[in-house]
Amino acid sequence: MKLTVWTYEGPPHVGAMRVATAMKGLHYVLHAPQGDTYADLLFTMIERRNHRPPVTYTTFEGRDLGEDTAGIFKQTCQDAYDRFKPQAIIVGASCTAELIQDDPGGLAETMDIPVPVVALELPSYQRKENFGSDETFYQLVKALAGPVEKTPEITANLIGPLALGFRHRDDIEEIKGLLYEMGIGINVVAPFDATPHDLTRLGAAHVNILMYPEHAETAARHMERALGIPYTRTVPIGVGATHDFVAEVARLCGVEPKKDLSRLRQPWWSKSVDSTYLTGKRVFLFGDATHVKTAARIARDEMGFEVVGLGCYNREFARDIRKLGQEFGLEPLITDDYLEVEKAIEDAAPEMILGTQMERHIGKRLGIPCAVISAPVHVQDFPARYSPQMGWEGANVIFDTWIHPLVMGLEEHLLAMFREDFEFHDEAGASHHGGHAPRSVAEAPVAEVAPEGRISGKMKDEVAPEATGSDVMVWLADAERELKKIPFFVRGKAKRNTEKFAAERGVTEISVDTLYEAKAHYAR
Amino acid sequence: MNRPANIPAATCRDVPVLKERGQREVFCGLTGIIWLHRKMQDAFFLVVGSRTCAHLLQSAAGVMIFAEPRFGTAILEETDLAGMADANDELDREVARLLSRRPDIKQLFLVGSCPSEVIKLDLARAAERLTQIHAPHVRVLNYSGSGIETTFTQGEDACLASMVPVLPRTEARELLLVGALPDVVEDQAVGLLRKMGIGPIRVLPAPRSADAPGVGPNTVFACLQPFLGDTAAALERRGARMIQAPFPFGEEGTTLWLKAIADEFGVDDATFEAVTAAPRARARTAIANASAHLRGKTIFFMPDSQLEIPLARFLTRECGMEAVEIGQPFIHKGLVGPDLDLIPAGPTISEGQDVDKQLDRVRAARPDLTVCGLGLANPLEAEGLTTKWAIELVFTPVHFYDQAGDLAGLFSRPLRRRDLLKLEAAE
Repeated sequence: MKLTVWTYEGPPHVGAMRVATAMKGLHYVLHAPQGDTYADLLFTMIERRNHRPPVTYTTFEGRDLGEDTAGIFKQTCQDAYDRFKPQAIIVGASCTAELIQDDPGGLAETMDIPVPVVALELPSYQRKENFGSDETFYQLVKALAGPVEKTPEITANLIGPLALGFRHRDDIEEIKGLLYEMGIGINVVAPFDATPHDLTRLGAAHVNILMYPEHAETAARHMERALGIPYTRTVPIGVGATHDFVAEVARLCGVEPKKDLSRLRQPWWSKSVDSTYLTGKRVFLFGDATHVKTAARIARDEMGFEVVGLGCYNREFARDIRKLGQEFGLEPLITDDYLEVEKAIEDAAPEMILGTQMERHIGKRLGIPCAVISAPVHVQDFPARYSPQMGWEGANVIFDTWIHPLVMGLEEHLLAMFREDFEFHDEAGASHHGGHAPRSVAEAPVAEVAPEGRISGKMKDEVAPEATGSDVMVWLADAERELKKIPFFVRGKAKRNTEKFAAERGVTEISVDTLYEAKAHYAR
Repeated sequence: MNRPANIPAATCRDVPVLKERGQREVFCGLTGIIWLHRKMQDAFFLVVGSRTCAHLLQSAAGVMIFAEPRFGTAILEETDLAGMADANDELDREVARLLSRRPDIKQLFLVGSCPSEVIKLDLARAAERLTQIHAPHVRVLNYSGSGIETTFTQGEDACLASMVPVLPRTEARELLLVGALPDVVEDQAVGLLRKMGIGPIRVLPAPRSADAPGVGPNTVFACLQPFLGDTAAALERRGARMIQAPFPFGEEGTTLWLKAIADEFGVDDATFEAVTAAPRARARTAIANASAHLRGKTIFFMPDSQLEIPLARFLTRECGMEAVEIGQPFIHKGLVGPDLDLIPAGPTISEGQDVDKQLDRVRAARPDLTVCGLGLANPLEAEGLTTKWAIELVFTPVHFYDQAGDLAGLFSRPLRRRDLLKLEAAE
């Protein structure tokens, strides 16, 4: 038993729904109690889908339990077939139905349904949403995709994009463009908008583009083994990764790595002097492993940030993230415990978070700007405009998205110059953002204790005990006033660095001198 | 031969109910935690369930409420099910950890879910045990919010009903108002009743456990929401008596509800008139303005919040709408009877759901407005039908006189929007 407040991933049957809802002509019959239908609104509200997810639930009730829930399942399955006439059906159980052990797969097999029925075994008490999507897509591919004749021209399958994905809709267009430049055609895109019939043609492609390993790696491996289709390892998010991706595809397909860079603006935007202020910005990365991996490279190599913390919530990819952590000299955080992530971010005191919608809320609470790089998604992650993450345009989009939450370069200096201006002060936040300024964490305790002339170093202990390193450290009043003059977006870092500096030297009273000695020490 | 003549039923209380069983597109009772935890400020709701329960709670409200919420899910894991870990020991450990982190918590609700019920985890006994461990600081109660036992708003009913047996006993003649309403609305209700000289007035649930009302043979109570049947029965078992009335939606509903209480407390007509005249007039004006877009329009209620019958009464009688079908997850005539009495026969009254068949009826009737859950709204809009999300009705202050105009506005806004948008070429 584990206490959970917010979750990064839903149960595995929601992963199966994401595959089913992305596809056309497929129906999912889900053995589940009343209430599990809530999952429909994820698709109709967050993603604004204009149709119901193709899912029929048995919605059994308490009074059915002593009776014939298996009968209810069979009736529901038959009714769903008769009403929707899908090309194929997937059947499975949600967490509660798993406990009553009706075996939807076995029941459906006895039923003479004249289309393929694929049974899903998704252990709800062990696994989560991403496992559900990956396993469902794999089972569908295994059941439907056999060896077929290759297309005469070189073609690729794009695999992995599905419903409720982070910018999947637009990534597909971007990848199609990259392949078009190399003269590679598209065989099947799946699960997104694919029919079960389309899946039977997967084997005709020359290469699989594994867009999202979280959702299609098992299927990619299966197709490599069973159908002899190689798949790509590089996920083309970022300028460098996109170059590498083009090279990898060219190699796998034996074609020229042709590129059209005419729309790629990111490198110049990053090199131009206006971007100097981005240098060494301390960022914390958290999300699904694929997006974190790609974001880490962009942050360091293409934006000039310093990565001060990273991690992922999907344990399936823990090994990749550990390797990444080694490369960056960081202890990676692999957890789906939101409170643990919040704690890690608080301790690292980054200048920006690159995370999910959950980290956006953490950032709001801590007064740290955040840009979203990964699922779990929110209605805001489905913009009306074209907004991919992959390919050349994706690199442009990421540059804009990541700098938007920050205070811009010259503005940063002006804030420092005119600290006491009643309108143009740091609490007002960045000028291109409306609404409220983020509340600074460091601010509240300072103001509270200030009248007494001294402030205990202990006040930060609740949040970051190891940061002070000493129980007896105090801030002298003038040092504390000086600290307040530092703009809010770097104040937390300055405080932390000073305390660390003082602790290392056994200094128990922090003066203005200590503050500036620490500043000199950490200057870069 | 001896069949009674087929006399058309006069009101909806007497019409035959269309009962359906099939796929139900409704939330389970856990959803009520989203508003209950805001209302009871020293309570924590601990769902003992699965990842699905946790996911529902975070998805159902549409947004995550990111003050550290006073609810959470103890997620059952493989080891709990396989008997490798004693689920009760695990629960005790998680509760101890939670209470040590949140010393402000005075009431803890263990909320049963579908999985905890299927594996027959005895949360009543767990609550007793934990109460002993954590007394006197924390009282632990339990109720079921599972989908196999409860729909959507029934979760609030189950929660309040679980509190009744532990309410202190009182012999005082008191008025008890039952149901979790936004504070602003609750204050209005109490204010109006006080002005009539009625008191003492107590409310269940109280915002803090120390203020819990007493109950006894001299307690009379009135429900604020039409889904509190189990709570009403539990109060009656403690000797309290229910005042029946239509529910306080709109000018008419509010007046009838207040009048029933005023009569119980012997308030004379002149006083009643003096207290209600001004807010009644305000409500009528507000409704007249807000209902301009509703007059003559048809409405179809999919079963969702259990508010459907009282709202249909308000919309048909005060806003000039015509109801095509009024669906509720279940119908408790002991509660909604007075509302049904006021709706002339005509609309189909349906109980339960077979969602695909019901959608066929919606498509056939093509109502001007369909009230439905979030899973159905956009798909129906895409078919050219205008919808109103039902969940907004339980999250928004809509009761009593000064919200009557807002209530009408919730229904007219989608219709006004449809009229406003010009998304085609001008030619």
